[in-house]
Amino acid sequence: MSMEEKQNSQTFQDFSSSVLRPDKEETIAEIIKHCYKKNIPLEICGSGSKKNIGRNFQSQKTLDLSNYSGIIKYEPEELYIKVKSGTPIKEIKEELEKKNQHLAFEPTDFGPLFKGQANEGTIGGVLSCNFAGPRRFKVGSARDHILGFKGVNGKGEIIKSGGTVVKNVTGYDLSKLITGSFGTLSVFTEISIKVLPKPDLTKTLIISNPHLKKGLEHLSVALSSSCDPSGAAFYPEFFQDKFTFNDLTTKGPITAIRIEGSKLSIDERIKQLINELAVDKKEISILDPEQSNIFWEKTRSLNVFSNLKNNLLRIIVPGSEAFDLINKLKIYNIKYFIDWGGNLAWVQLDQLNSNILKEIKTIVKNLGGYLTVIKVDESLKASIDIFTIDVVKYKISEKIKKGFDPKRILNPGKMYTGI
Amino acid sequence: MTSLQMPKVDKSILSSKDKIISDLNKILKNENILSHEDEIRPYETDALAAYKQKPLIVVLPETVEQVSEILEYCNENKIKVVPRGAGTGLSGGALPLADCVLLGMGKFNKIIEIDYQNKCVVLQPCVTNLAITNAVQDKKFYYAPDPSSQIACSIGGNVAENSGGVHSLKYGATTNNLLGIQVVLMDGTVTRFGGKTLDSEGYDLLGLMTGSEGLLGVITEVTVKILKKPEVAKAALIGFSSIEDAGQCVSEIIAKGIIPAGMEIMDKALTKATNDYSKAGYPVDAEAMMIVELDGTETEVSELIKRVEDIAKKNKCSSIKINKSEEERLKFWAGRKAAFPACGDLAPDYMCMDGSIPRGKLAEVLKEIQRLSKKYELPVANAFHAGDGNLHPLIMFNANNPEQLRKTEEFGSEILKYCVKVGGALTGEHGVGIEKRELMCEAFNNTDIKQQIDIKVALDPNSLLNPGKVYPILRKCAEEGRVHVHGGKTKFPDIPRF
Repeated sequence: MSMEEKQNSQTFQDFSSSVLRPDKEETIAEIIKHCYKKNIPLEICGSGSKKNIGRNFQSQKTLDLSNYSGIIKYEPEELYIKVKSGTPIKEIKEELEKKNQHLAFEPTDFGPLFKGQANEGTIGGVLSCNFAGPRRFKVGSARDHILGFKGVNGKGEIIKSGGTVVKNVTGYDLSKLITGSFGTLSVFTEISIKVLPKPDLTKTLIISNPHLKKGLEHLSVALSSSCDPSGAAFYPEFFQDKFTFNDLTTKGPITAIRIEGSKLSIDERIKQLINELAVDKKEISILDPEQSNIFWEKTRSLNVFSNLKNNLLRIIVPGSEAFDLINKLKIYNIKYFIDWGGNLAWVQLDQLNSNILKEIKTIVKNLGGYLTVIKVDESLKASIDIFTIDVVKYKISEKIKKGFDPKRILNPGKMYTGI
Repeated sequence: MTSLQMPKVDKSILSSKDKIISDLNKILKNENILSHEDEIRPYETDALAAYKQKPLIVVLPETVEQVSEILEYCNENKIKVVPRGAGTGLSGGALPLADCVLLGMGKFNKIIEIDYQNKCVVLQPCVTNLAITNAVQDKKFYYAPDPSSQIACSIGGNVAENSGGVHSLKYGATTNNLLGIQVVLMDGTVTRFGGKTLDSEGYDLLGLMTGSEGLLGVITEVTVKILKKPEVAKAALIGFSSIEDAGQCVSEIIAKGIIPAGMEIMDKALTKATNDYSKAGYPVDAEAMMIVELDGTETEVSELIKRVEDIAKKNKCSSIKINKSEEERLKFWAGRKAAFPACGDLAPDYMCMDGSIPRGKLAEVLKEIQRLSKKYELPVANAFHAGDGNLHPLIMFNANNPEQLRKTEEFGSEILKYCVKVGGALTGEHGVGIEKRELMCEAFNNTDIKQQIDIKVALDPNSLLNPGKVYPILRKCAEEGRVHVHGGKTKFPDIPRF
């Protein structure tokens, strides 16, 4: 063992272990610096809730951040919380709950899909993947809520960007660049994130629709109305048994529109929305706050796919193209539901191979959208592109990667070969 | 105003001016190339008018292909390029260099598509911010970010600067209202980031470009999100006998879970100045005046304004007025929006600073500004976007007096340093440009800046696109010794530099 290695091993005690669990920022930086010098590729991981998303890649060690956890500072009146990156979302939510605040972008919970139980993962993981839940079209995604961060780049240097205030245009917005980069540019250490007051109440207007086209029309009207909805989803008939609510008086496909705010205002807006949608009273049900919460929790955690053995795609298209998308995908025997008011389709396929995926990607691209493969048979994973990228963006991304992680030791190949 | 060091002028470029013009003439029509002193004078400065520099040549492309060819040509011939939108930027981001080709985007002024179904508008970059709302308001839609220069500033410039406005707390800044851009890189590559979809896959290059101040690419098309106008908006005009009470009131409104559409505070000096200027009916005796605007449905707004009223009374407000008509609400705002010209009446010149601070630090920061005002013997008035913590101190001076100008800049930089010290930021919405370039080391250390410059190097390895802006000295340039110092002086000698 060289002098240098001895020194390192004194700080982070067991480097021989394949999983490293540092609990200090300096240790994270030391580990990465060491790996940089020795060309040791690392897999970066929080609680592992989204570990299966992305390409498989070769790593020698896992940098597990779950011990680097805790709330650093929470200032409810300044609307931000600063946390260590390994802090579980659950812990953050519980803390915010005390002051009646929340993370407005309600991250997608992939726990049920991959592990059979709720696990929203850590804040570092949520930001690294940037998957936002049903409120996305109203409040933005995770990237719209990060205010600043500290992190460690692939050279083991501690870097920072942004701060704790909402308005900050000092230098390039690295917070956004790192968010959604799947741990390939830097490892988050400290994260400052915007928090917002929790709405007093939530109710959901359910409309029983005969078909997708009408459902999408309703979603579009809702999103264009001044009723300010915060959730807008469509579930086809196939999933009707997944929702058994007392307030739900109908069967069949459903369109769900969530309205949040004070009690008076919710009732007023639901009434107005019913008028704008021109729906008959027989077609509608209204979920009370408790049932409404359950409904959107189920949507956010992809509950209808929780026993899924097969393949799941996350397809994003402009809302106007959702109908065409689903129609064109029907030949692949899909099961799906629509979220984000028509802008997001979660699509399950029993059969998937690289040819089918290519065909679907072409359909999606022609509609002006993109898709991410969320869950797929391990045997297929190596032969398909999980993410999609064009040549120009690949070249730019490759150069940016080089600036942050020149030896490609942070999640190398997690997103794209060579990045 | 020559003490600010800029990248060294390349004399070989100056001497090849005629050749460059004739080369550019292969790309552009003759009338779209300006080189005579009288023609290029309008481009010598932006809204940071204390700094002036004529460019070598001004080009006014009309198509994306032309932009691409110009950049490719300049890249190959190592000619610096400074992009410019409407030239309303307050931080000098569009200040030309003596040896640059100034890329004026003014001819890109058309709305390409209004797509109500997807609630977005596709625009050429020099459409003004306000024109977007004007184009969609008959269907009761609007574009949310509203910088105070919105009648003149361009959407491309808004993207480059990540402009905000008075409604940023509830509706976000440009970056949160942007769906996609088409951009031309310095080597001439034309590409798109985002589109009409929510989010896009891969690295967030759209997020990176937004607010990059024209250093990474030239924006040639913009797709923005539009929102349905809230049914009702109501505003309360509240006076306080102390800044502390006003600050406390802001904190309590937010703590009680209310997110106003806009929340503005002005200090006594500015309240008086704007009231004299616009007759807005402001409480001129108050030490601080606040406008709180709530929007939403009728019931919701009535409910919330009542709660705001109660909170204001609890925090010892000295007066409170709630608009009775839409006309009166607009009058409340007319005063605030006239804050800058009103200061123009008080002194020959004013410099508008742009720091961000935690809302709770308002009283502390204003006290410090008062102390500095005495120290520098320069009057100051303060406007504060209380909702989002963005503070605009307006320092009044006479630019014809070089000593006053120097003092104003020092005063301004002390304020911004203090903003950073209390946990805020150097710039909330005006950008760094050249104005705050020398202060970047207050916010970032060497490693942070190097990391940002690595991105610049990745996209523009020769540092030709808008060089000399944002970063104290482009490290690469510094290493190559290409930066010179006018008269042996740097602007802020006490600041660590690279």
